[in-house]
Amino acid sequence: MNNEAMLHDATHASHHDHGHEHHEQHFITKYIFSQDHKMIAKQFLITGIIWAVIGALMSVFFRLQLGFPDKTFPIMEKFLGEWAKGGKLNPEFYYALVTMHGTILVFFVLTAGLSGTFSNLLIPLQIGARDMASPFMNMLSYWFFFTASVFMFISLFIETGPASGGWTTYPPLSALKEASMGSGLGMDLWLISMALFVVSSLLGGLNYISTVLNMRTSGMTMTRMPLTIWAFFFTAVLGVLSFPVLLSGFVLLIFDRNFGTSFYLSEIFIGGRALPNVGGSAILYQHLFWFLGHPEVYIIMLPGMGMASEILSNNSRKPIFGYLAMIISLIGITVLAFLVWAHHMFVTGMSPFLGSIFVLLTLLIAVPSAVKVFNWLTTIWKGNLRFTVGMLFALGFVSLFISGGLTGIFLGNSALDIHLHDTYFVVAHFHIVMGVSAFFGMFAGIYHWFPKMFGRFMNNTLGYIHFFITIVGAYLIFWPMHYEGVAGMPRRYYDFSAWQSFNSFQGLNAFISVVTIIVFFAQLLFVVNFFVSIFRGKKVTTQNPWQSPTLEWTTPINPGHGNWEGPIPTVYRWAYDYKDNGEGGDFIAQNVPLKDGEEAH
Amino acid sequence: MSVFILITLVVIVFGIIYQIAKASEYAAVLNGEEKVKQQTNKLMASLLVAFFLLGMYGIVKCHTALMQHMIPESASVEGVGFDSMFKTTLIVTGIVFVITQTLLFWFVYKYQSRPGAKAAFISHNNKLELIWTTIPAIVMAGLVVIGLKNWITITSPAPKDAQIVEVVGKQFNWLIRYPGKDGVLGNRDFRKINDENNVLGLDWNDKDNKDDIISQNGELHIVVNKPVKLIIGSRDVIHDVGLPHFRMKMDAVPGIATTIWFTPRYTTAEMKVKTNNPDFVYEISCDQICGKGHYSMRGTVIVETQAEHDAWLAKQQSYWDVNNAPAAPAADTAAVASTTMNN
Repeated sequence: MNNEAMLHDATHASHHDHGHEHHEQHFITKYIFSQDHKMIAKQFLITGIIWAVIGALMSVFFRLQLGFPDKTFPIMEKFLGEWAKGGKLNPEFYYALVTMHGTILVFFVLTAGLSGTFSNLLIPLQIGARDMASPFMNMLSYWFFFTASVFMFISLFIETGPASGGWTTYPPLSALKEASMGSGLGMDLWLISMALFVVSSLLGGLNYISTVLNMRTSGMTMTRMPLTIWAFFFTAVLGVLSFPVLLSGFVLLIFDRNFGTSFYLSEIFIGGRALPNVGGSAILYQHLFWFLGHPEVYIIMLPGMGMASEILSNNSRKPIFGYLAMIISLIGITVLAFLVWAHHMFVTGMSPFLGSIFVLLTLLIAVPSAVKVFNWLTTIWKGNLRFTVGMLFALGFVSLFISGGLTGIFLGNSALDIHLHDTYFVVAHFHIVMGVSAFFGMFAGIYHWFPKMFGRFMNNTLGYIHFFITIVGAYLIFWPMHYEGVAGMPRRYYDFSAWQSFNSFQGLNAFISVVTIIVFFAQLLFVVNFFVSIFRGKKVTTQNPWQSPTLEWTTPINPGHGNWEGPIPTVYRWAYDYKDNGEGGDFIAQNVPLKDGEEAH
Repeated sequence: MSVFILITLVVIVFGIIYQIAKASEYAAVLNGEEKVKQQTNKLMASLLVAFFLLGMYGIVKCHTALMQHMIPESASVEGVGFDSMFKTTLIVTGIVFVITQTLLFWFVYKYQSRPGAKAAFISHNNKLELIWTTIPAIVMAGLVVIGLKNWITITSPAPKDAQIVEVVGKQFNWLIRYPGKDGVLGNRDFRKINDENNVLGLDWNDKDNKDDIISQNGELHIVVNKPVKLIIGSRDVIHDVGLPHFRMKMDAVPGIATTIWFTPRYTTAEMKVKTNNPDFVYEISCDQICGKGHYSMRGTVIVETQAEHDAWLAKQQSYWDVNNAPAAPAADTAAVASTTMNN
């Protein structure tokens, strides 16, 4: 009730603000320090896209090295200067690139760029709220992320280069300046940036949770929410419970680096001298890191799952199959996500008994994942499929999720992991499942909700080209990598030519690199499509272009701050009423009252 | 300058591409949007199916092209379990892969929107949910059982008669220590490390160290059909002893001793014949990123017969002897001095 009163206030306030057409907000409060969830979503998205281009370009550079270790590419010197003298990548910088590629893509693009964008955009719009529970915290969340980005960006330009110990930054490598060049100032900046990032993600996550729990419009019970909201909700829960643990891990690392503590350091001889540290455990960091690190995988996957569910259902013109089973499996994944972290550590010398517990729990998580896949398949079964670009990406998401998910069954079993650990099999597995698949979820979301964000459509032709190049390219790049991994080829190698066991894959590596470059340019096609369409895309002329029952399409085509011009719609039915509305339409919007004798789902 | 020209060119090219793509929107308006939508829908369904069929064909092609580059069957007794378990898991996941992907693309084709068609209103089916929750759970349980059986074999204590060898990683090579005649590795202390004459920090007050042999060329000599237990350590950062041919792997963590054991099945010489490669060599790869030289941290394993091994061992000088007795005490004091300094 309290909530209701607040919403009414907000309605009045927004009426005052927008009473006169041109009584517009100042540029700074509208576009920069905005507290409008839709604008913040766009800020997250555009920052994410910029980072994605940088991160992808890095992969092009190191793929050039991997594909053609004996050639030089003078163009790299233009971009990287001293780091690629004469067009040949410096090994130290190769590791920096690999590290930054991982950090940027995992955290800045697929966490902030993904849930930052869509949780912000869709939570208020789909649950019928005028904004987030705390718009101010929401604004802070973006600006903490922005500051984190600035620190990370600066670290790319310093003399000793950015952090280079892998995105997991295991100490002692990351703790000791003597161990590698990137463990100097670059690592300090990395830690500062990541600490700020954790703050950003907590501010965001707490906001998402309280908004979903408290700000739903009247009639919007939890079981009437679209699956997107359920997914964002659990994503936020995962983040709120696990990011603090990561931060604690970072704080201890900062102490070890700067204040002479020995949390992670013990019995080390480096740089010609024995260090005084005794009694620490390098493995402790890995426990703290993966306690976030594994839920992080689901933080990346869940938004894609939610959006794919929504888009598949919408474009099949058919309710999502097993709505309740979908929610239960989300809960299952969320709970299990916290109980599987040590499967990243089977070969660290951890107790084998503990290892076997984690095998059991890890393979258990395959069950809810399988349930989701089957429900997606039965959602499109007997549907009336419309292949919009968003739909294609959602279908691609399912295909890639199956392919990448299945290889997880290999890696989760410790007796197989003992050979496959840290090989290209792992690279292939996680790139398909949480890299490309999550990206497909994100692309699906962007193409689908672009009209809501900017009041225009993205160009379809470019979208279709983008989709096919990307899915074919992704499989061409990552499928053969499994073979390299089964042959034992280790990841994070700068050059394989000296290795008899692995150098017969040289031709394959060159092939993968060429495909990578093609796929990179296809992504630029997307970026161009995105930015040009903001200004020149085909205008949206109907309020509900995808004929979707959810609430975001009951707002004006270009909703102002506050989302609905009149009162907030009341909800009478669940989000998937794709049935005959009696007037020739094939769906009934959530805000349409039940007909006489009709039962709510 | 040329970078700017390049960037401008790229921008122009993409601008042109966008304009061309934009033209298709105008064309759609001219030809009637509904009609174009239907045609596009049909085209996309066909393209998706084409993608699926070509993809399946590609998987077969990829397999035949790459199998020749794979490493041979497990060279350790314990790794045989890996090979068979890998095959089992591959078959199970392969079946699921083919079924689900086929359904996905078959539905795409079958249920593509057609004029006048309507989707069925089906929201759930509890029986189906139950079936597809239970079956994966049972299959997973099966895989867990196989996995744990192998895992227990691999991680069980090494046989009593196992040869003991210590492998220590440092940036960026492997140091290998054999216990010498007494069969016991002496104590070592990282404070006593000295790159000139005590690379592992052996404690010379410990008699067991006097006959220990250290090889710094990264060659691990082991005996065929005799279990070997590796005691793994690190001098600086985390490394990882990767033995792809033996299907074994274990991290080298500073401050913590880890172990693995396995029984080699084929000598290096036998492998040369088996793989038809006169230069064949077992390799030790570092599998945990450890700095700029990570990719060059290569060691080799020489599997030989007991006789060959004994002959090789007889030729080795103990590390104490290599650094001859008179020089060692000086080194010892130097190490102690540096310890006191650090403390």
